[in-house]
Amino acid sequence: MLEFKDVSFKYDSDDYYMLENLSFHINKGEFVSVIGASGCGKSTIFRLICKLLECENGQILVDNQSIDQRKGYCGYMPQKDLLFPWRTVGENLKLPMQIQKTFTKEQMTEKVKSTLEKVGLSGLENKKPSELSGGMRQRAAFARTLLTGSDLLLLDEPFSALDFLTRISMQEWLLEQWEREHKTVLFITHDVEEALFLSGRVLVIEDLPIKKLVSFDVPCGYPRNRESLTKPEMLSLREQLIKMLRREANLI
Amino acid sequence: MRKNNNLPALIFTFALLIIWQFGAMKVNAAYILPTPLQIIKRLWELREPLFTAHLPATMTCTGIGLLISIVLGVALAIIMDMFPLAEKTLYPVMIASQTIPTTALAPLFVMWFGYTIWSKVLVTVLITFFPITVTLFDGLRSAKTDMIDLMHTFGANDYEIFFKLKLPAALPYFFSAMKMAIPMSIIGAAIGEWLGATAGLGYFSRRMMTQLDGAGVFAPIVLLSAIAMIIVSIISYLEKKLITWRGDL
Repeated sequence: MLEFKDVSFKYDSDDYYMLENLSFHINKGEFVSVIGASGCGKSTIFRLICKLLECENGQILVDNQSIDQRKGYCGYMPQKDLLFPWRTVGENLKLPMQIQKTFTKEQMTEKVKSTLEKVGLSGLENKKPSELSGGMRQRAAFARTLLTGSDLLLLDEPFSALDFLTRISMQEWLLEQWEREHKTVLFITHDVEEALFLSGRVLVIEDLPIKKLVSFDVPCGYPRNRESLTKPEMLSLREQLIKMLRREANLI
Repeated sequence: MRKNNNLPALIFTFALLIIWQFGAMKVNAAYILPTPLQIIKRLWELREPLFTAHLPATMTCTGIGLLISIVLGVALAIIMDMFPLAEKTLYPVMIASQTIPTTALAPLFVMWFGYTIWSKVLVTVLITFFPITVTLFDGLRSAKTDMIDLMHTFGANDYEIFFKLKLPAALPYFFSAMKMAIPMSIIGAAIGEWLGATAGLGYFSRRMMTQLDGAGVFAPIVLLSAIAMIIVSIISYLEKKLITWRGDL
C-alpha cells in the first residue's frame, strides 16, 4: 500500500539530514502508529507522503505507483481540526470533493449525509463548527478526511488537543471506524498507550537522521477494549517502547 | 434586561454638549463659537441648499473616490499576496507614500483638474486606498499555513486556495477596512472641496466662513459626521449579519 524506498530529506535551514535512505512498508488495511519523541521527524514523514515537502532522493510509492504527478491518493488529518469557520459542517465536508470535482452537487450532499451518519454526527450538516464540541469537531474533520475518498489515511496526532476522557472515547470510536471502513491508517502519536491501543503494528523512530523505523507487532488482536492494555505482554511492550523513546529523547 | 453598552458614551457626549452650550452662551460670539442649538437651528434653515445641492455633490465625490479606492486596494492586495516580488516592490513605496501630506498636495490637483470633480476624487483616493490595501493584504495573509497545506493535500490549486480559503478569511478585514475608509473618504472629499470647488459640503462650509457665519460653518460638518456615522453603522450591521465567525479562525 505505502512504501518508502531509500528516501532522504533535509530541510533547507538544517545542515543535517532528517531522513537518510529510509525504507519501510505498510500493508493494505493495516493500522500502523509511528511514535517518537517531539521533534524527531514524525510529521516530516507525513508531509513527504502528502507532497507538502519534496524528498531529495528515493521514492514514495502508494499502491505500487510513485506519488509524483498524483493527487488524491491519501487523506490527511492534522492535529487541529482546521474546519473553515465560515462554512457549515456539511460545506466543510464537501470541500475535498469540490476540489476533486468528481461528484455532482446531489451526490456530494448524499455522501456528506451518509458520512455524518457513520461518524455519529447525523443532522449536524447545517451547524457551524463553532457550535460543536472539541470531540465532535475532530469527528467532523475525520469525516472530511474520509470524503477525500482515499484508502490511505494519515492521521497526525488528531486527538492530542482533546481532554483525557474525550481522547479515550475518540480512540475507541476511531477503532470502530477503522474496523468498518477497512482503510489503511498511518497514525502519528507520542502517546505509547494510544499507539498500543489502536495499532496492529508500531513503528518507532529511534534516532536522527531517521535511517530506519523499528517495527513492533502489537500482541493483541481486534476487536479490542481498554482491558487489553493490561495484558502482561502489552505492559511489557509498553515499557520497552517507553525506554526506547526516553533514550531517543536524550539523543535529540 | 439587556444592558446598553453605549450608555456611558452617550452620557459623556451629552455632558460635553451641555458644557459646549453653556460655554458658548457665556462667550457669546456666535460668529466664531456657536452653541449646539444654534448649529441645529442653522442646519434646519439651510436644509434646502445643503440637502439638495451640496450633500449630493460631496456624496458623488465620496462614492466615486471610495469605489476607485476599493478596486485599487483590492487589486493591489491580491497582487502583493500572489507575487512576493510585487510585495517587496510596492509595500515599502506605499508606506513611504503615506508620509506625503495629501492635503498639501490637494492645491496641485486643483491646478491639474480645475474645479472639476476629479481633483476631489483624487484626494479621496489618495487618503483611502492605503488602509484598504494594507488591511486587506493582512486579511489575505491571515489564512493559516496549516489550512493552505490541508487544501494542497486535497489537490487544490492556487485559484481554489484563493477563492475557497484566502478570500473568505479576508472578509472580516475587508469590513474593518471599510469602516476606516468611509469616514476618511468623506474627509478627503470635504478637504478637496474646501480647496477648490463650486459645490459640496466642504465648499459650503468655507463659503459660510467668509461670511463669518459660525453656525453655518458647523452645519455641513455636523451633516458630514452624521452621514459617516450612519454609513459606518450600516456596514457594522452588515458585518454582524455576514461575519458570524470573526475570531474563530
